[in-house]
Amino acid sequence: MKVLVPVKRVLDYNVKPRVKADGSGVDLANVKMSMNPFDEIAVEEAIRLKEKGVATEIVAVSIGEAKAQETLRTALAMGADRAILVQTDEKAEPLAIAKILAKIAGEEQPGLIILGKQAIDDDNNQTGQMLAGLLGWGQGTFASKVEVSGETVKVTREVDGGLETDSFKLPAIVTTDLRLNEPRYASLPNIMKAKSKPLGVKSPGDYGVDVTPRLTTLKVVEPPKRTAGVKVADVDELVAKLKAMGVAK
Amino acid sequence: MKTLVWVEHDGATVKDATLSAVTAASKLGEVHLLVAGQGVGAVAEQAAKIAGVGKVHVADDAAFAHALAENVAPLVAELMASHDAFVVPATSNGKNVAPRVAALLDVMQISDILSVEGPDTFTRPIYAGNAIATVQTKDAKKVITVRGTAFEKAAPEGGSGAIEAVASTGDKGLSTFEGQEIAKSERPELTSAKIIVSGGRALQNSENFHAIIEPLADKLGAGVGASRAAVDAGYVPNDYQVGQTGKIVAPEVYIAVGISGAIQHLAGMKDSKTIIAINKDEDAPIFQVADIGLVGDLFKVVPELTQKL
Ligand SMILES: Cc1cc2nc3c(=O)[nH]c(=O)nc-3n(C[C@H](O)[C@H](O)[C@H](O)COP(=O)(O)OP(=O)(O)OC[C@H]3O[C@@H](n4cnc5c(N)ncnc54)[C@H](O)[C@@H]3O)c2cc1C
Ligand SMILES: Nc1ncnc2c1ncn2[C@@H]1O[C@H](COP(=O)(O)O)[C@@H](O)[C@H]1O
Repeated sequence: MKVLVPVKRVLDYNVKPRVKADGSGVDLANVKMSMNPFDEIAVEEAIRLKEKGVATEIVAVSIGEAKAQETLRTALAMGADRAILVQTDEKAEPLAIAKILAKIAGEEQPGLIILGKQAIDDDNNQTGQMLAGLLGWGQGTFASKVEVSGETVKVTREVDGGLETDSFKLPAIVTTDLRLNEPRYASLPNIMKAKSKPLGVKSPGDYGVDVTPRLTTLKVVEPPKRTAGVKVADVDELVAKLKAMGVAK
Repeated sequence: MKTLVWVEHDGATVKDATLSAVTAASKLGEVHLLVAGQGVGAVAEQAAKIAGVGKVHVADDAAFAHALAENVAPLVAELMASHDAFVVPATSNGKNVAPRVAALLDVMQISDILSVEGPDTFTRPIYAGNAIATVQTKDAKKVITVRGTAFEKAAPEGGSGAIEAVASTGDKGLSTFEGQEIAKSERPELTSAKIIVSGGRALQNSENFHAIIEPLADKLGAGVGASRAAVDAGYVPNDYQVGQTGKIVAPEVYIAVGISGAIQHLAGMKDSKTIIAINKDEDAPIFQVADIGLVGDLFKVVPELTQKL
């Protein structure tokens, strides 16, 4: 079974986002960019499936600017076999991404597509579910455990009240939650090896998908700032404050 | 504009998150509801009483019993022929279903809205709430998820919606519900608690978490939350997690105990009315957002606090 893993290049999660003064967005010039953390988990899960003999080939896909090649090389260094970059300078939205991925799924015929549950830049949490809808496949979202057996995949999902387990007919979509696994670091030899793994470059036009955004961002601002309040010296002072607030009697 | 609000319920009662979604939808136009589930007559009757609600569409079928997106999305897509906006609380079920509906309708979803600025314009948080974007959609139909903490709850009583049964679109045969582990707790639910006590990595283990955080929470009648580090380390279950990728909360009082204040954690609680932080490191970032800070060893000060309350 082939596994497809879509990965997005985003602002590194350790970097504090800065809103541009002109209100046009978040400043991405000269800041560290990395693979979306949930997508690292997706790549790791695919590799584990391959190590278990369930997956035969792992194809990483990214839609974005030329630099997304770096993100794909990271996926290859972790253990993906091959990569596809669908290159565009347009900031494609989840709906367009899902349409491109649906076309790639048609060509590649994967048994499983593992995505992150959300990209930590736009926090959309949409692409996997949209892709599942377009393909007419099942969607095991927010996964903290994935078990493939025969023609089904059983997914333990992190839901509001705790955990829910559902099973899905293959082929299916899985989106990862944080506790699914801990992604490995790529070793130096594997980073070297990744340089010669195949990476094909395509364009949205090759798949007949229009990536013109449906949403227009009118402005981006910083949220209201909270300021530090007071420090109390001891528990008695804290108790007094809580009483004054009516929180404690 | 005619909106269709997806009712989040547990088979017996309407969940609070629905009420915030109703408020958001009422800013767009007429509010209709969809109650999908199995044996949901009582839920539908309860939903019909929500203030300001028009029609309540009820789809009662085993296929909808566990809100599986594969079965619910086609039902919604059909109902959307006569509605202009699908409005969904940003709960885990809502986030699972809405984008699948959006794809079926060829609409770009607007996730997690904080406000309605106009019929096609909304604000929403990006980058873990470090930026707020105002976005305008070109799509004729809208699919929207609503951040519960950003909208007042509609009154649960006072309405008189007309209940109408809709035909089931059936089981698509793609997915099966296998089971669930839903934590039962006497404490208030995180997303509606007035006071929350949250513990972090500093608690060191599950025993300490229970012995130190819970008595304080019980004294205050508070809900219990946690940082991701505490959840990852297995001190508490996943549904305790507050943050960018966990629950978004905005209680009257949020007490962070042994939590450093990473941006991903702040994303989930920085709209709380009053933030109280207890941390032994006076330079911990949590103090930059805390209204009241106490520098000290939690193993000493929290039991003392619990005892003195
Ligand atoms: C993609 C992504 C998503 C994430 N989503 C979330 C999320 O939703 N929610 C979330 O919480 N995190 C999230 N994180 C993790 C986040 O980055 C932090 O790692 C996490 O919040 C740290 O948890 P903590 O504050 O408990 O632990 P630490 O950062 O280790 O802080 C522990 C604190 O306890 C203090 N302390 C230690 N001992 C004592 C003592 N005896 N008494 C008093 N204080 C003490 C220390 O001074 C320190 O400040 C996410 C990370 C990523 C990459
Ligand atoms: N530009 C992209 N290229 C490849 N995969 C993407 C892209 N955008 C989103 N994805 C995938 O979809 C997931 C969810 O993203 P989102 O719906 O934007 O929050 C991500 O974790 C990725 O797996």
